[in-house]
Amino acid sequence: MAFEYVEPATLAGAFDALERGGTDAHVLAGGTALVLLMRMGLVQPAYVVGLRRIEGLREIGISKEGGLDIGALVTHAEIERSALVRRFFAPLAETFGRVASVRIRNQATIGGNLVHADPASDPPPMLIALDAEIVVARRGGVRTIPAAEFFRDVFETALEPGEVVTAIRIPPPVDGTRGAYVKFLPASKDDFATVSVAVTIRLAASGVCEDVRVALGAVATTPLRARRAEEALRGKHVTPEAIDAAAAIVVGDVEPLDDGRGSAGYKREMARVWTRRAITQLISA
Amino acid sequence: MSRHSITFKLNGAKRTVSVEANRVLLDVLRDDCKLTGTKEGCGIGVCGSCSVLIDDRLMSACLVLAATLDGCAIRTVEGIANGEALVSLQDAFLRHGGFQCGICTPGQIVAAKALLERNPHPSERDVREWMMGNLCRCTGYYQIVEAVVAAAEEG
Repeated sequence: MAFEYVEPATLAGAFDALERGGTDAHVLAGGTALVLLMRMGLVQPAYVVGLRRIEGLREIGISKEGGLDIGALVTHAEIERSALVRRFFAPLAETFGRVASVRIRNQATIGGNLVHADPASDPPPMLIALDAEIVVARRGGVRTIPAAEFFRDVFETALEPGEVVTAIRIPPPVDGTRGAYVKFLPASKDDFATVSVAVTIRLAASGVCEDVRVALGAVATTPLRARRAEEALRGKHVTPEAIDAAAAIVVGDVEPLDDGRGSAGYKREMARVWTRRAITQLISA
Repeated sequence: MSRHSITFKLNGAKRTVSVEANRVLLDVLRDDCKLTGTKEGCGIGVCGSCSVLIDDRLMSACLVLAATLDGCAIRTVEGIANGEALVSLQDAFLRHGGFQCGICTPGQIVAAKALLERNPHPSERDVREWMMGNLCRCTGYYQIVEAVVAAAEEG
C-alpha cells in the first residue's frame, strides 16, 4: 500500500493526474471501497487521485427537463435524507438508506458506488429501474452511459482510462410510477443482499401495466435488468398469476455465483421469490 | 510514497501532523496522536470499534486515509467526556451494564453520541437501527440499547 496521493482542485487537474498515473492510477471518492481493497491487498495503486477538492460534484438538483442530477461525490446518507430526492422519487432515497451501516453511508459516494461495480450493491438496480444515466467526463469531452450498460463484470465498468464519473442523471418518472427495492438479508441488516430486486411500475386505472422495469442485484457478475420479465408484464393485467409468470422468467435470466450468502441454486430460487414479492408489494400499495 | 502535512481539529484543538499517503486515520490517532480510545476491530469498516466523528458524521477511522482530512474536524471518544467527568451517556452505559470486555465500548459511545446529536429523542427501534453496525460479542445488545435510550430520556 505505497502510493502517491494527489488532490487536484479542478477536473482538468484530475485528468492530468490520471494521465500521469496511467493504468496504475485510481480515483478516490469516499474511500470505503478503494481503501478497503487496498488494505486487503487486492488493489495496489501507484497513484491515487482524490476528488474531494473539486467543486461542483456535491450538489443535488433538478434539471430544466425536470430530472434529478446527483453529483458524483454526494454521499449515500445525503441522498437518503434529501428532501429533494424524496419528493422526486421516495423509493430512490429509501434504497440508499438500505446500504450497509450509517458509517458507510456517511462516507461512501454515489459515484464511487457505481465505479466500484460490486454486483451485490444496492443502488445500481434502482438506478437501472429508473433509466438513470451516468455522466462521465474526460479531457475534452463528456459522455453519458445508461446505468444498464455501465456494468461489465465484477468490479468492471464501461469507463475508459482517464475518465471520471461526475454525476448521475435520472429522468423524471412518469406520474403514477411506483417503485420498490427489496433486499433479502438472511444474516444481518448491514450485510450485502443475498438477492435484491428493484421494480418501477406504472398501472392504468384498469390495472393494466403501462410500463415496468425490473432489475436485480447479487444474481450475476453485474446488476441485471430483467427485460423478459418486463415484457411479460407490459400491457397485461398484473394479476397474481401474471406476477408468478414474470418471476419465473427471471430464474432463467440470472446467473448467480455460489458464495457465503447462498448457493447459485438457492439464489436463483430466491430471485424468483423476491421478484414476486417486490411486484406484489407495489400492486397492493 | 507521498507525505502530507495535514491540519485538522482534534477534539476541538488544532493539530498538524505529517502523514504518509497510506496511513489511515485509525493508526494516526493511536500511534501519532496517542489517543488509543479508538480501537481496531475488523479493520475493514464492518465492526464499528473505530467509530469517530468527522465533521459531525459518524465514520470508520480504519477506512479513511489521513491525507484526505486536511481542514476537517475530528472527534474521538476522548473528546466526549468533560475532562475526567463522564457525560450522562457514558454514565448510562455504566449503570445499565452496556459493556463487558470493553473493546467495542468507545465505538458504541461515539456512535450513540452521533445518534443523539442528530435525534435527541430516538425510539428503541431508532437506536437499534442506528447502532446495528456496532458489533458487541459480550452483551447481547440489550443493555447497550437500554443505556442509549436511558441517556436520551435523561437528556
